[in-house]
Amino acid sequence: MSGDGKYFATTKKGEIHELKEELRVLDKSRRKDAVKKVIAAMTVGKDVSPIFPDVVNCMQTDDLELKKLVYLYLINYAKSQPDLAIMAVNTFVKDSQDPNPLIRALAVRTMGCIRVDKITEYLCDPLQRCLKDDDPYVRKTAAVCVAKLYDINPELVEDRGFLDLLKDLLADSNPMVVANAVAALADIRETSSHNLLVLTNQALFKLLRALNECTEWGQVYILDAISKMQISEAKDAESIVERVVPRLQHANSAVVLSAVKVVLLQLPLISDEAAVKALIKKLGPPLVTLLSEEAEVQYVALRNINLIVQKHPEVLSHEIKVFFCKYNDPIYVKLEKLDIMIALANERNIDQVLLELKEYATEVDVDFVRKAVRAIGRCAVTLERAAERCINVLLELIKQKVNYVVQEAVVVIKDIFRRYPNRYESIIATLCDSLDSLDEPEARASMVWIIGEYAERIDNADELLESFLEAFPEENAAVQLQLVTAAVKLFLKNPQPRAQQMIQLVLTYATQETDNPDLRDRAYVYWRLLSSDPEAARAVVLAEKPVISQGTATMDPQLLSTLLGNLSTLSSVYHLPPSAFVTRAAHTPAPSLDNGALRERTTTDDGVAAAAGSSSSGPVSDGAPSSAAAAAQPPSSSSLIGDLLDLDISDPSPAAAAAPVEELVEVMSPQNGKGLGIKAGFSRENNAPVFLLQLANTTQQSLDGFMVQFNKNSHGVAPASQVVQVPPLGPGETAGASVPLTTNPALINPAANPATIQVAIRNNQQGVLYFTSPFKPDILAAPAASPVDDNFFGL
Amino acid sequence: MKGDILIQRTYRDDVERNLAATFRTHILNSREVDNIANLTPVRVLGSCSFMYMRHGDVYILGVTKSNANVMMAFQFMTNVVTLCKAYFGGECSEQSIKNNFVLIYELLDEIMDFGYPQIVDPSILKQYIFQKGFITEAAKAKREAEAQNATLQVTGAVGWRTDNIKYKKNEVFLDIVEQVNMLMSSKGTVLRCDVNGKIVMKVFLSGMPDVKLGLNEKLEDVTFHQCVNLGKFNTEKVVSFVPPDGEFELMKYRCQEGISLPFLVTPLISELGRTRMEVNAKVKAGFGAKDFALNVVITIPVPDTTAKADIHTSIGKAKYDSKKHALVWKVKRFNGATEHSLMASVELIATTRDKKAWSRPPISMSFQVPMYSASGLRVQYLKVWEKSSYKVEKWVRKVCKSGDYSIRT
Repeated sequence: MSGDGKYFATTKKGEIHELKEELRVLDKSRRKDAVKKVIAAMTVGKDVSPIFPDVVNCMQTDDLELKKLVYLYLINYAKSQPDLAIMAVNTFVKDSQDPNPLIRALAVRTMGCIRVDKITEYLCDPLQRCLKDDDPYVRKTAAVCVAKLYDINPELVEDRGFLDLLKDLLADSNPMVVANAVAALADIRETSSHNLLVLTNQALFKLLRALNECTEWGQVYILDAISKMQISEAKDAESIVERVVPRLQHANSAVVLSAVKVVLLQLPLISDEAAVKALIKKLGPPLVTLLSEEAEVQYVALRNINLIVQKHPEVLSHEIKVFFCKYNDPIYVKLEKLDIMIALANERNIDQVLLELKEYATEVDVDFVRKAVRAIGRCAVTLERAAERCINVLLELIKQKVNYVVQEAVVVIKDIFRRYPNRYESIIATLCDSLDSLDEPEARASMVWIIGEYAERIDNADELLESFLEAFPEENAAVQLQLVTAAVKLFLKNPQPRAQQMIQLVLTYATQETDNPDLRDRAYVYWRLLSSDPEAARAVVLAEKPVISQGTATMDPQLLSTLLGNLSTLSSVYHLPPSAFVTRAAHTPAPSLDNGALRERTTTDDGVAAAAGSSSSGPVSDGAPSSAAAAAQPPSSSSLIGDLLDLDISDPSPAAAAAPVEELVEVMSPQNGKGLGIKAGFSRENNAPVFLLQLANTTQQSLDGFMVQFNKNSHGVAPASQVVQVPPLGPGETAGASVPLTTNPALINPAANPATIQVAIRNNQQGVLYFTSPFKPDILAAPAASPVDDNFFGL
Repeated sequence: MKGDILIQRTYRDDVERNLAATFRTHILNSREVDNIANLTPVRVLGSCSFMYMRHGDVYILGVTKSNANVMMAFQFMTNVVTLCKAYFGGECSEQSIKNNFVLIYELLDEIMDFGYPQIVDPSILKQYIFQKGFITEAAKAKREAEAQNATLQVTGAVGWRTDNIKYKKNEVFLDIVEQVNMLMSSKGTVLRCDVNGKIVMKVFLSGMPDVKLGLNEKLEDVTFHQCVNLGKFNTEKVVSFVPPDGEFELMKYRCQEGISLPFLVTPLISELGRTRMEVNAKVKAGFGAKDFALNVVITIPVPDTTAKADIHTSIGKAKYDSKKHALVWKVKRFNGATEHSLMASVELIATTRDKKAWSRPPISMSFQVPMYSASGLRVQYLKVWEKSSYKVEKWVRKVCKSGDYSIRT
């Protein structure tokens, strides 16, 4: 058996020519060797399409192995030689009637993979025969072939009545045929807009019966199909659950997870509370078992468990120990486990959890350590009664003086202060001890915020701030913003000469020397406030801040239910609705272009969504929006600044986002937009998310060539095409446009404010304008995206 | 590890070959140390999702544009590795793939169709996928008949077994293999402890036997081979099945309660200043005097700056392994109900730079205890029914192995 390796060793020069010669020899075994060489060359990526006719000539043979090799060649190259491919049709048709069922199946399977119209036409008759073949192996292959054909030519499938034949196979006596028919129907359903079929009890029970007998993969197809059916009767739900629960013990992880999905989806229909409780109890152990599989399987399981415990924490509330990290777990598994530990932490187990987290905080992997420290902070913010214990652990960690641990701890303590104001300030002294070791912007900004906020309790607050201010021009923008605010607070709390001098210095620098508009504008606001009405300044700057809510970012319930309906799929791993990353069904224009642009983006790691393809549309940068944007909006904030902001004038978007989407919000007035007024908003049209624009031209010239681009944002939303479909806009004219949207996980910036999206718009006359538009993530998961809305299966 | 494509099969038209090259540039060549969130085994590049796992020197990569069932994808990849091993003498490596690429193409065609896994079980595939050369006319007719049989067989309800199996001597071997995972704090509290067990069977039985297995434990967390009647287990708690021929994994289970730990370790590591460290470790067997453990290895990490170590043990051999930065203590045979200890003084090189504290990785331990079950699982009965009611010899063995067995210091 061994030794095929030799076919890879070929002479470089004139190789194709040599192969051609060898393919023409009469000796069967030499010819077969030549075909193997061709396939080997194909495998390593050489183009062997020029010898197409010679290879196809070898097709008619009794040697099954050789036949398979030629078929493989055809699948790869038929598209590039459509006219020659027709040569193969006769053999295919003949093979589809061969007495050997393996050959009949092979012919149909291969024909379905050749996407050449002329061949497809000839496929119909053999396919029709094979769907009714006596041999189940042929029927199961033919079933999948209908889905292949639908992908190439849906009209043909409908005209020839293949869908009905496929539906007939749902009642086949052979379980594997049933399973493949289910898979094929589900596949067709993905791309078709039809709601052809209505679910009947009969169909459901046929599927449930086949579930017991078919292969492990067939079970997955059937379970996934059931998960997409709309079940409304309690008794149906109960019988589904009764049949599906035993699947939880299957050795195949995919069967287990799909079974979990189906059971979870039935729970709302079951009214007997005791029964629901018993079911939930049964789901825990199988999920835990997935964690003893390969790391990749664990990862998928953990991402899914993350969703499940958001909805039903009781499934695993007693199992928190299994989510404790093992020393040798891959980092991606550890990070997911941490998230679930936080989700499951409660007052009963918090001591155990804290012991673990403290242990992790002393490990070597810096990112993991940081996340562990953050996790302690999250526990403190969510579990009020345990907050003090969490803080004690943080203090112990700070005392160990590991630099990055201290920095991370300072950041989370800032959040704890905002959650429990005036309760734990006694620890400030300990924090001040580590001041010198802070060299990361986020930690420095947090520390400065703490100093400013509690200036009256820190004896030497002025000295500490001064030490930061020495290097003010070199500081990161986030730290500078905090320093400005902290200096103002210090002054308002204790207007002594030293503070006055400090504020003079800072505001002068921030208004005159800097080119960061956020910083400059904030400094101006403070300056005017302070000079016109110090009392108003006090009321604004020292106002009582709203207590931050629980730290855990809870998922939008509608999104969560969409994701729970998609357990086990990529959607459940990305935590995004399928419509957010599947472009196939959406038929976005010019996908190849889109591809290129996206690939480009993944290669730039500077956090800026480079607008590949049309450089003139101008990337929107994270740190420094242009002055136009800053003038139109208060400082656009990254999450860090958002957390720290003292002025709650900062973000009008939550209120704006709550407005109905049809009402477009003015995002740029004509004064700020060089004469172009823009109203914008997000909505849905034809079941797809869109970005709506209303453009008002108040300039004296005509504007055209509008293009739009988004900065990386919380949901990875981006225009499907950068071109805005709007006619040239004459002076005084107003026009509306809707820009179709897609989502792409590569464009997600988890730190971005989920309620806004930064937008850049350009036209040929004015160049680029920036603004921030309010955003409602719900538009991504519209009811239509819900998987249970139409009933495809049934008889 | 050059990242060349060994073998590739496109099942759907929407994904192009050059995407695998994208994978190479993005995943294999880039370290991406600055963003560990990107190290996950499922990622988006462009409009495609990439799912991959590694087996030795081979990466197995799946690419899709749709919202595919990713758990199924990984399970499928795992099964493909198992399949390659079954066909190529236990090996799935670059070499074995290159040497068998024709057969692998044939298998790839058979195990998945249009992205849907079909028949991936090696024992089933071996009934009709084999590499054979030319066929004479006579052989051809025979082959057709065989094919007809095979297709009925593999799509049937008992796809994993043919009915024409015959043995002179009917035998069943049943092995209970348990892996104990334990994490103990430095103070001796067990933080986490579980047993991952499996029952592996070797079945050499004629005809179509029905096998019933009774176990003492009320197993809650258990998964079964596809041959097991799950409905029956759910209602009657009996493991009932028609076994495949030869070796297979009947079931896997996990338990967290009532575990008897094979070993208890009490470490005491004291850092004496910056250049010296004392290590003291006591290891006590938790099993009885009639049992014994084999190949016990205790690995005690020491700082990277270790210069040398002076070690005394009451049994076995120990030395400082400079590659692992650990003291490695090996005991060939550790008798039950005994206790042994290691004492070492470690000299460290004084470093000038002010480095952070030593992270004190956990002590780890590996061992095997034959005929011992940490979970206490016992076979109560193993019954075989076959219509010809032949005599069956049954063998039951147990072994307990260490999984992730570690003690924090």
